[in-house]
Amino acid sequence: MDYGRFRKECLGVYAVWWREIKVFQREKSRVVSSIVQPLIWLFLFGSGMGASVSVSGVNYRDYIYPGILAMSVLFGSVFFGLYIVWDRKLDVLKAVLVAPVSRISIFLGKVLGGCTDVTLQILILLLFSFLFASVDPWGIPLALLILFITSIAMVSMGLAIGSFLESLEGFQVIATFVVFPLFFLSGALFPVDDRLPGWLQELVKLNPLTYTVDGVRGALLGVNTFPLYVDLGVITVFAVLMILAGSALFSRMK
Amino acid sequence: MAIIETHALTKTYGRIPAVRGIDLSIEKGEIFGLLGPNGAGKTTTIGMLCTIVRPSSGSASIAGHDVLKEPAEVRRNVGIVFQDPTLDTILTGRENLELHALLYGVPSVVRGERIKELLELVDLKDRAKDITRTYSGGMRRRLELARGLLHRPAVLFLDEPTLGLDPQTRARIWDYIRKMAQKEQTTIVLTTHYMEEAEQICDRVGIIDHGRIIALGTPEDLKESMGGYMVILRMKEAPLDRIRALPYVSEAKMNDDMVEITMKEAHLHLPDLLSNIRNVECVETRAPTLNDVFIKLTGRDIREEEIEDSGGWVESVARYRQRGR
Repeated sequence: MDYGRFRKECLGVYAVWWREIKVFQREKSRVVSSIVQPLIWLFLFGSGMGASVSVSGVNYRDYIYPGILAMSVLFGSVFFGLYIVWDRKLDVLKAVLVAPVSRISIFLGKVLGGCTDVTLQILILLLFSFLFASVDPWGIPLALLILFITSIAMVSMGLAIGSFLESLEGFQVIATFVVFPLFFLSGALFPVDDRLPGWLQELVKLNPLTYTVDGVRGALLGVNTFPLYVDLGVITVFAVLMILAGSALFSRMK
Repeated sequence: MAIIETHALTKTYGRIPAVRGIDLSIEKGEIFGLLGPNGAGKTTTIGMLCTIVRPSSGSASIAGHDVLKEPAEVRRNVGIVFQDPTLDTILTGRENLELHALLYGVPSVVRGERIKELLELVDLKDRAKDITRTYSGGMRRRLELARGLLHRPAVLFLDEPTLGLDPQTRARIWDYIRKMAQKEQTTIVLTTHYMEEAEQICDRVGIIDHGRIIALGTPEDLKESMGGYMVILRMKEAPLDRIRALPYVSEAKMNDDMVEITMKEAHLHLPDLLSNIRNVECVETRAPTLNDVFIKLTGRDIREEEIEDSGGWVESVARYRQRGR
């Protein structure tokens, strides 16, 4: 690929990213609800459960803070990706897809756009970290890195699924069979240890989000099940696989 | 050399043929109309020329680039306005154009100037900062026209550019298209099933039916091929054989309680025609239209199919009453 062509593809990636940022700026209600929802989890569910439970010597509300950050990344990213079903329905994507830019560039632009949205949301949620006494502020950069890689993986997965969904009805199906199981099987709300039934332990260990939750919990609270390199390794491999799958499916999309 | 060239261009969906072997040669600067009823293969043909639809067989090239071998070059050389609106309604008018400029790699030094120029051309300068969701149907179309021209394509494809717009807006859109063709020197290929509108704007038209081009030429030539003027007589019973036997009559047919006669030099021969038949209640003469050409070639009225397709009974009733009048 010559330089001129490469430059044009980069412009294409930038164009798609730029559009997503504009959308993010305009759809303020979506942003607000994506921040309020995790706060509800933390302060209503977390405080309620926390009244009677504490885990590994940490206040329950503090304990699930990393899990709720991971949840925000999961929901925000996957639904961002699935959003292309809507774009396609409204034909917004049609004009973009006929441009002289490769599908891979359009895909990467979308992934970057989604990651930017989600990362900004996470940054806002991290501003609340001072409310959680057990959180170590020095762990925030590492937590952010782990959440960012997870976001790349989950946006790609959402786009991959969205590229073959025909209608918005599929949304609910994906939420029920993919998004919620990933969340509840990630250890976001409970520790992954021998107290869990065996079958549940196995499922939790197969879930890539488990490693995000564990990594972030290690970074922020110093409580973790797996070593950091395992957490980072698993989510990075998962992200690479999802980018490959997503760009392949996206290229075939009609 | 022609800017668009197709040879036996064919598209089959499964076993259903959509386009069956189209040969076309369109010159630079032409406004070419592809006319035909819904489902005739117009949109599929344009899709193949824009590299959105992969041809089943045959070949096509645009500005010397083959649609199969060099799709990226073809895409760079064409602008498209789709049948259904494709504006990003979350973005403003200007942002829509900026997005397009980035996607097509329009150099940043000319980007701003070019966008300004086109917004002026389609009279949207004052609304450029508004979100396009607030635009009317006509404004959205105009912005799409501007977007299609932004990267200075060699060919601009317009698929039913006036579909779904009211008659006044339609007339204005055609004015803009004419203005753009002049100012930008762009070759324009459009599809429409509004025959009267095509007649006025196109240098040349191809009539397409069931995936085949069944007539090709300037609107004038095609109308001339009808063999003269149309004379419509309203009467209960007509001596069709006697009418057909007259030397200046090229064709005559009965349609409800009307006789449609195609004849040469109607202004000279009409008195003679009327002296040959009695009981004529009412006479109407008119020049043939492309729609008459279509009826002659296919035996159907393009507008009848439109009614069947849309299923709009109000429209059908209106047409029925019009005809009965």
